[in-house]
Amino acid sequence: MKLPIYMDYHATTPVDPRVVDAMLPYFTQHFGNPASRNHSFGWEAEEAVETARKQVADLIGANAKEIIFTSGATEANNLAIKGAAEMYREKGNHIITCVTEHKAVIDTCKKLEKQGARVTYLPVHKDGRISLDELQAAITDKTILITIMAANNEIGVLQPIAEIGAMAKAKGILFHTDGVQAVGKVPFDVTQNKVDLVSLSAHKFYGPKGVGALYVRRRNPRVLLAEQISGGGHERGMRSGTLNVPGIVGLGAAAALAKAEMATESARLGAMRDRLNKKLHQNLDEIYINGSMEHRLPHNLNISFAYVEGESLLMGINDVAVSSGSACTSASLEPSYVLKALGAGDDLAHSSIRFGLGRWTTDDEVDYVVEKLTSVVRRLREMSPLYEMVKEGVDLSKMQWVTH
Amino acid sequence: MAYSDKVIDHYENPRNVGSLAKDDANVGTGLVGAPECGDVMKLQVKVNPETGVIDDAKFKTFGCGSAIASSSLATEWLKGKTVDQALAIKNTDIVAELALPPVKIHCSVLAEDAIKAAIADYKKKQDEKTGAVQPSAQPTA
Repeated sequence: MKLPIYMDYHATTPVDPRVVDAMLPYFTQHFGNPASRNHSFGWEAEEAVETARKQVADLIGANAKEIIFTSGATEANNLAIKGAAEMYREKGNHIITCVTEHKAVIDTCKKLEKQGARVTYLPVHKDGRISLDELQAAITDKTILITIMAANNEIGVLQPIAEIGAMAKAKGILFHTDGVQAVGKVPFDVTQNKVDLVSLSAHKFYGPKGVGALYVRRRNPRVLLAEQISGGGHERGMRSGTLNVPGIVGLGAAAALAKAEMATESARLGAMRDRLNKKLHQNLDEIYINGSMEHRLPHNLNISFAYVEGESLLMGINDVAVSSGSACTSASLEPSYVLKALGAGDDLAHSSIRFGLGRWTTDDEVDYVVEKLTSVVRRLREMSPLYEMVKEGVDLSKMQWVTH
Repeated sequence: MAYSDKVIDHYENPRNVGSLAKDDANVGTGLVGAPECGDVMKLQVKVNPETGVIDDAKFKTFGCGSAIASSSLATEWLKGKTVDQALAIKNTDIVAELALPPVKIHCSVLAEDAIKAAIADYKKKQDEKTGAVQPSAQPTA
């Protein structure tokens, strides 16, 4: 077993060597610009891009013409939300999203609010999912867009996408989903889910960084978006800029691999994740899973280790790469807003660890992480005044804390 | 973020982890911070009432590596100091010794607060013992 162990596959994934092999010729040999229509260099590049477009479309049950290549999912989210708000301004100005969305969605919505849009941020329940009744109640005749993520990046919780899609469709409202964590990991079909716009990113499923795509429905309804990057009119006029051919080839190759291997891979990772969860629960008391276990990505686990602070926990397992919802590990010095939204209390957000398993995770690595974490949690609890107080029978929630 | 060698050393080999008898009149206990803020420090001193010198100091901390290191260092510094010398310890001394980055300065502030709270608790107990201040709950004859 090689150290350090990478168990942070929600942050990013290594590029699959098969994907790298597919990409390499497009840096030096087939370096043409697909927009060059009058020579073979351009034709080769265009053919490669169109193959990739088909591969991405196949992964989500779409038509190749419905795929718009972008620099990644942040750009795709921006294009979907800003592009729809601008295009359908006359129809309405109300957008519905939820509080646990990625910042690429939330901050885009906040920007639109400053420009006069109205945005409803639906709460989530303890399991991390929105309520369909609350969604229904939030819809007005001015609602033009619902944007709810398929799977959450911290807790891996899957939202009821098909139900939301059906509701949006019935009301004639566009439905966008940030599919970054779900696409390529769990089955996702644009027709079944009745979704109009889907953002995805290559580097989350073993493709390269800096490339992603937005699915834009062409039929029932034909969705139009106002361009956010102006220029040569590439990508059906929705996203100008010379195409990142090697990146797009990599995205396509990664999509094809994900489609071919999804069933076996998700079963393998699900079993390994359950092993991790079971062993941690066998070894330690007072550990809490954040979010629904039932509606969850198979490779995700997010656990709070009560009475132990997340950053100190990460320090103790410094040969294992995972992440924490602790304030100390975030740039904002605020604990995870996703975990806070679950209503479990800030103290549990500070104590949380996110595990993301992936293509190269092994049982040995899982066992190593369990052993290491167990000993570090025990050691830090011996050092924790909170653990001591609880063992003495003090109710921490009734304490008067001297905040600073 | 990279930690300084001293922070790592205190995290891996914390000095004086533990608890002193909090009901002992010569023991002062400071408990500062809050779980929802992500750090809580308990710092205790045991003072020789004859000499005013801190004989022993212990801590327990819920917090990041820098918070653990700040309190561990504080207990190290407290031992052998008089109560007045202890009160002169400033958070900036801890920042300098541990090479804490700006985002971790609050850990040192918390450690200074914990020292002050522990000594205040000790002084309060001593005053009660010598009768300088009558505990309000005590019935009068």
